[in-house]
Parts: sequence; structure tokens; C-alpha cells
Amino acid sequence: MTTAQLRPLTELQALESESIHIIREVAATFASPIMLFSGGKDSVVMLHLAAKAFWPAPIPFGVLHVDTGHNFEEVLQFRDEAVDFYGASLKIASVQDYIDDGRLRERPDGTRNPLQTVPLLDAITEGRHDAVFGGGRRDEERARAKERVFSMRDEFGQWEPRNQRPELWSLYNGRHLPGEHVRVFPLSNWTELDVWDYIAAEKITVPTIYYAHERQVALRDGMWIAITDVTPARPGEVIEMRSVRYRTVGDMSCTAAVLSNANTVQDVISEVGLSQLTERGATRADDRLSEAAMEDRKREGYF
Amino acid sequence: MRPSSPLLAPAADSLTGGRTLLRLATAGSVDDGKSTLVGRLLFDTNSVLTDTLDHVELVSRRKGLDRADLALLTDGLRAEREQGITIDVAYRYFATPARKFILADCPGHVQYTRNTVTGSSTADVIVLLVDARKGVVEQTRRHLAVASLLRVPHVVLVVNKFDLVGYSEDAFTAVATDFALLARSLGVLETHCIPVSATEGDNVVTRSHRTPWYDGPTVLGYLENVDDTRLAVGSDFRLPVQHVVRPQSAVTAPWAARAPQVNGDYRGYAGKIESGRVRPGEEVVVLPRSSHAIVEAIDTPDGPLDLAVAGQSVVIRLNSDVDVSRGDIIAATDAPPAPIRDLTATVCWLAERELWAGARVLFQHGTSITKAIVRSIEGTLDLDFEAGTVPCWRPTSSLTLNDIGRVRLSLASPVPIDSYREHRATGAFILVDNADGWTLGAGLAGSTPLAAMPAAAPQSESQYPAQQGKPS
Repeated sequence: MTTAQLRPLTELQALESESIHIIREVAATFASPIMLFSGGKDSVVMLHLAAKAFWPAPIPFGVLHVDTGHNFEEVLQFRDEAVDFYGASLKIASVQDYIDDGRLRERPDGTRNPLQTVPLLDAITEGRHDAVFGGGRRDEERARAKERVFSMRDEFGQWEPRNQRPELWSLYNGRHLPGEHVRVFPLSNWTELDVWDYIAAEKITVPTIYYAHERQVALRDGMWIAITDVTPARPGEVIEMRSVRYRTVGDMSCTAAVLSNANTVQDVISEVGLSQLTERGATRADDRLSEAAMEDRKREGYF
Repeated sequence: MRPSSPLLAPAADSLTGGRTLLRLATAGSVDDGKSTLVGRLLFDTNSVLTDTLDHVELVSRRKGLDRADLALLTDGLRAEREQGITIDVAYRYFATPARKFILADCPGHVQYTRNTVTGSSTADVIVLLVDARKGVVEQTRRHLAVASLLRVPHVVLVVNKFDLVGYSEDAFTAVATDFALLARSLGVLETHCIPVSATEGDNVVTRSHRTPWYDGPTVLGYLENVDDTRLAVGSDFRLPVQHVVRPQSAVTAPWAARAPQVNGDYRGYAGKIESGRVRPGEEVVVLPRSSHAIVEAIDTPDGPLDLAVAGQSVVIRLNSDVDVSRGDIIAATDAPPAPIRDLTATVCWLAERELWAGARVLFQHGTSITKAIVRSIEGTLDLDFEAGTVPCWRPTSSLTLNDIGRVRLSLASPVPIDSYREHRATGAFILVDNADGWTLGAGLAGSTPLAAMPAAAPQSESQYPAQQGKPS
């Protein structure tokens, strides 16, 4: 038995319980939920919460990965291991397949992040998924600060910020019309530091690239980009071997590393606490495309 | 100007160690400096990071300002920037070593009722702003009335722009006295007033030496020390059942090796405790059928608990085979809510479409959804009340966006509803459009805490004054 607690919940207890409540509400009120899973730290935390939400029963829905074809090998391997560890079934929507058969075309800048939207929406339609869990957090970006926990999407997957439902108490309203679906963000109230604190407290395994490692990188637009077969150096760039880690995990073409010697969860927590750059500002080239980049992609049905 | 190192919390090594969580909502009218105050809280707690600040400084320079306009830190969507308006409640996060804060930043001007009601519904504290030069104004009265209706436990009045009244003690005393009178007349329990200049940073995070006559806490100091123990355990036990846990086969995935083993005939009831606390061995009642049982165990994948409190998601096992399903409420046997089919409630109307008597809607409460018919609309709360008076109900035949109405409802089946005054979570409900699923209204069951007296004459008001109409 754990010790009696006659005081308020801690921050992590409160956030965990809130997320579990949200995940259980979705499973109980939607016909066919699915959880987006990239192998990134937020999605691992979300999957961990799902496992805890339904224990001692298994997770009652599958997970979906939209694979850009430019993912880090370590992350893909981790993805498969994590799915086995938590006993979830994995479905993959492949951007590469869409490019190979001509349904999508490579962008001139080589970035594949914006190309994920079509395979994602097709997978949602094909699977008749009426609820889609995403690992988005409101602290990530200012367009997210106004996102609901239950976020309505129309047939085109679009988000209309002026047409959101008020969300009161812990009464989540997931009613929707046929063809529409609901994006659900159980980690809405978590910050980057909360996620790492929880990873530490719960001893959750995350991909190795979140910790410091030696890697070939080049400095591009002030960000350290990994130099690989699919993301070669550009003319004039100097390839260096540096100790780096990733704060977010996404498509290699637009996810940058930060210089770091943080080898352990506690090191990472200290580093995140001290960091003077927001997570996305430091490492996501795609959010730099325009002032309202995230807002635009969300409207189009992005995560 | 920027503190050199952030306020780091000790790293949590377990879920039970570390800081607590407090939920805030802001309220204030246009030009009270709310964005600047929120920006100042974020900035002075080092919750704003370099790239965000670079952006703010760039925009400030472009606007010809000689220093960073902290109000820009809460700059929202492009549509809002283009139109110079704030559409919606935005959520902000900041933390100190003692607490993490979730702040629902509610725009003051556009649809203030809808936004303030939404933000207040989950708030432990309302941060209400006034301009020191103007003092308590109509908008303050409205916001405080809404905070009172929604039973937000604490209200802190930030008397802003004190630099513009020469940091005068008399100006502060005048506002604080007005506010105390207003709070008392509206039945608001705990209030505190703080003299602040958000642009100068006086008494927001750091204590100002320009207000030597003020010996209370700063805004952040107040927020760090607000008593939240009562919030957690002060009320009767209520747990709306989310689902029945009856695994066909127990989870076999490797992660479950760290969780307790369960029997093949496991049967438990999953939900989040909305209020109060519960221990194994206690008698509870399952509503609406009113069957009694003893709590056999409180299970979590981290192990069984000998005590669980409000806010915790758990699985409850009972000692007998009572019939329990999603939508039921497990409650303390002492004064459980009676299942009712007819109730009077205060409804904050959140939709563009109007509500008329006879309307058929869905009634969402706890984890249940029931059909409902609006029997009658008794009145709408007039928030344009004068200083020294309280809001009163005016007769009406319909509710429109941002109205707060007194409504009688009939439900298709009995629902165990608490009075909102005593139980914020299980006294609350939302009304949903059956056709398109839109959230139409936010409901507070039972009597309102406002001491509103019926206005002269109209019969609907004399029949249903604000103090009556408790469910059951």
C-alpha cells in the first residue's frame, strides 16, 4: 500500500490522471479511435498513459505512424520495440508509397513534413477512425495554445479556430457529424519539462537520439542538421562530428539537433530547464517557414 | 533585465514528489493591461524563451517602441492579429519551484461571458484586473458575478497601472474597499487585492519599493501560497464511472510485468474522482439505482491505494455484484445526490442560436448523456447592475449568446445531480445539440449563490427567485 495522501496531487499526478481520464472518455464514446505514434517522446508518453488507463485490460485501439521515409533508423527500431512492449497493434501510412506511385510529389526544398497530411487523412478515412489521438501540447506553439482537448475536424481534416466548441469542467463533447472526426490531445496541459519529468518518474524508455551522441552535422540557418544519405550536405557546408541530441523527433530533413552532452534523463531535465530556446524554435525548420506556419498546417489537417 | 537563470524545480523522481498544480483564469476589460500582466508573469518566471522574446522585440521595434511590449507574448493567431481581436481562451503555462500554473487567458471584450465561464469552470483562482485610475467598473462587477456563479474558490483583484496614480495608498484603499463590498454582496468567499504596475513590474513577481504601505504578497507570491488543500479533499466523494473494467484476458504485454497481477474474474469501475476522497472498507452508493456496496480495493497499475482523492484516476472494486455501468456515479453514502428528472438550473448560453422553451437537447453530466426538454425559461440574469446592488433576474422567453438564464429542464431518465454550490464537478452539465453536436450551454444545477432579488412585478421572477429551485 502506498502512503496516505491528504494533500493536493502533485503536478505529475494531476496531469497523469487528467490524461488518463481523457483517453478513457474517448475509448468509451467513440466507435473507432486510433492513436498517432511516431516513436517520439510525446507519443511514447501518450502510449504509456493509454496502457495505464486500461490496465488490467489491454489497450483497446491501435496506433498509426505516418512514416515520411526520412525517419531516423534508431527511431523506427524503437517504434517497433515500444509497440511490442505496450502490446499495441501498429499501422503504417507511408509517404514514400505515395511518392513512388505518384499520388504525392517531392517538394523542391526536400522537406517531407507537409506531405504527411494526405496519407494521414487517407488512413483516417480508410480506417473509419472517428477519434485520432495526437501528442500535441499547448505550450509548443501559439496556434496550439487555443486548441481544445477535443478538436473538431471536418471531412477535409481542417481545423477552424473560430468554430471551436467551448470546453468546460471535464465534460468533453465528442459528438460529430458523419465524415467528421475529432482530434484528441491528452497532453494538452503538459509542458516539455513535464514530459521529461514524467519520463524520469515513470522510467519510460525513449529513442537513443534524445540523448547526447556523436553525429555528423552541418550548421544550416543557425541549426545543426544531421548529414545523411537522404539529407546530404549542401555546397559550402562544413561537415563536423559533434556531440548532439534531439529535442524533437521528426522528418530528418527538417528536424535539427542541439549541441549537448546530456547522457541521462536527469541531464536532459537540467538542460531543458536551463534552455533559452523553445523546443520548436530550436529544432524545427518547418515552423520557421512563415510566422503562422503551424496555424496553416493545422488548418490543413496536420497533427 | 532578464534573470540569468530560470527558476528550476527540483527534478521529480516519482509521481508523488514535487510541486502541485494550480489552475487560474484571467478576467478584465479592454485596456486594463491583462496581456501585459500575463506577459510579465511569463517573462519574470523565465517562462519565455529566447526565440519567442526575439520575435517580440522585433515586432516591438517594428512598431516603434523603445522596449519589448510584453503584451505581445500572448499574441495569438494570425486571424486575430489581422483583425486586432482575441478570439478565444488561450492556455499559458508557467512554473516556480513550488507550483505549476495553468492559466486560462480569457479575452475581455468579445463574448466575455462565454470565455469567462469557460475559463472559470476549471479555475481555482480568478485573476481579475482593474485600472487603478478607474477602479471597480461595470465589467468588474460582471466578471465577479460570473466568478461567483461558477464558485471559483479564490479571486485576486490586481489593481493595475499604479504607476499612473503615483503609487497612491488612498487610491488603493478606495478600490479595495469598493471591491470588498462588491465581493460580499455577490457571495464571493476569498478575495485579495494587490497594487501592481505590470509594465514596470511592481508587485507582479518582485516586490515594489514604490508601495511601502502595502505589506501583502506579490501576484506570484499570492498564487504560490493560495491554500489548495480544501480544493482536493474538502467535499463528498463522487466518482462518475467511465467504463467497467472486465478484461477478457489480462494484459500480457511486457510493460504489465511492473503492474500488479489480477485474477481472471477481475471486475472494477474506472473513473476520475471528481470530489472528496475514498478508502477501502468504506460504504458507497451507486447511483442512480442507489445500490449500496463496500469499497474492496482502489486499484492502479502502480499498486493499490489506501486512500484516493479528488483528481485521481483509479479503478474501484466493490465487494458485491451490484449492477454498475458507464454513466453511473459512485458516491459517499452521506447525503448522496438524489436521482431526479426535473430540475431548475442556471444556464450560460454559449451558442449563436437561441434557446426557447420546448427545445429538445442532450444533457451531458458526469459520464452520462440523457435527452432533455426545456420546460420553461424563467429569466435572464441582468449583469448590468449598479454599484451597491446585486444582479437580478429579468423575464425573458429565450436565451441568446452570452445570456445567463434560469431554466427548468425535464430529463428522459433520472440523473443524480448535485447542487453546483456544493459540488462544482457533479453539479455541472452541458447542453448539446442533438443534430450537429454543438455545445450549446453550460449548466449549474440548483440555486445560485448570487443574492439576486426578483425585480419588481413580473410573475416569472417572483415564482423563481434566485435563491430557490434546488434540484430534488
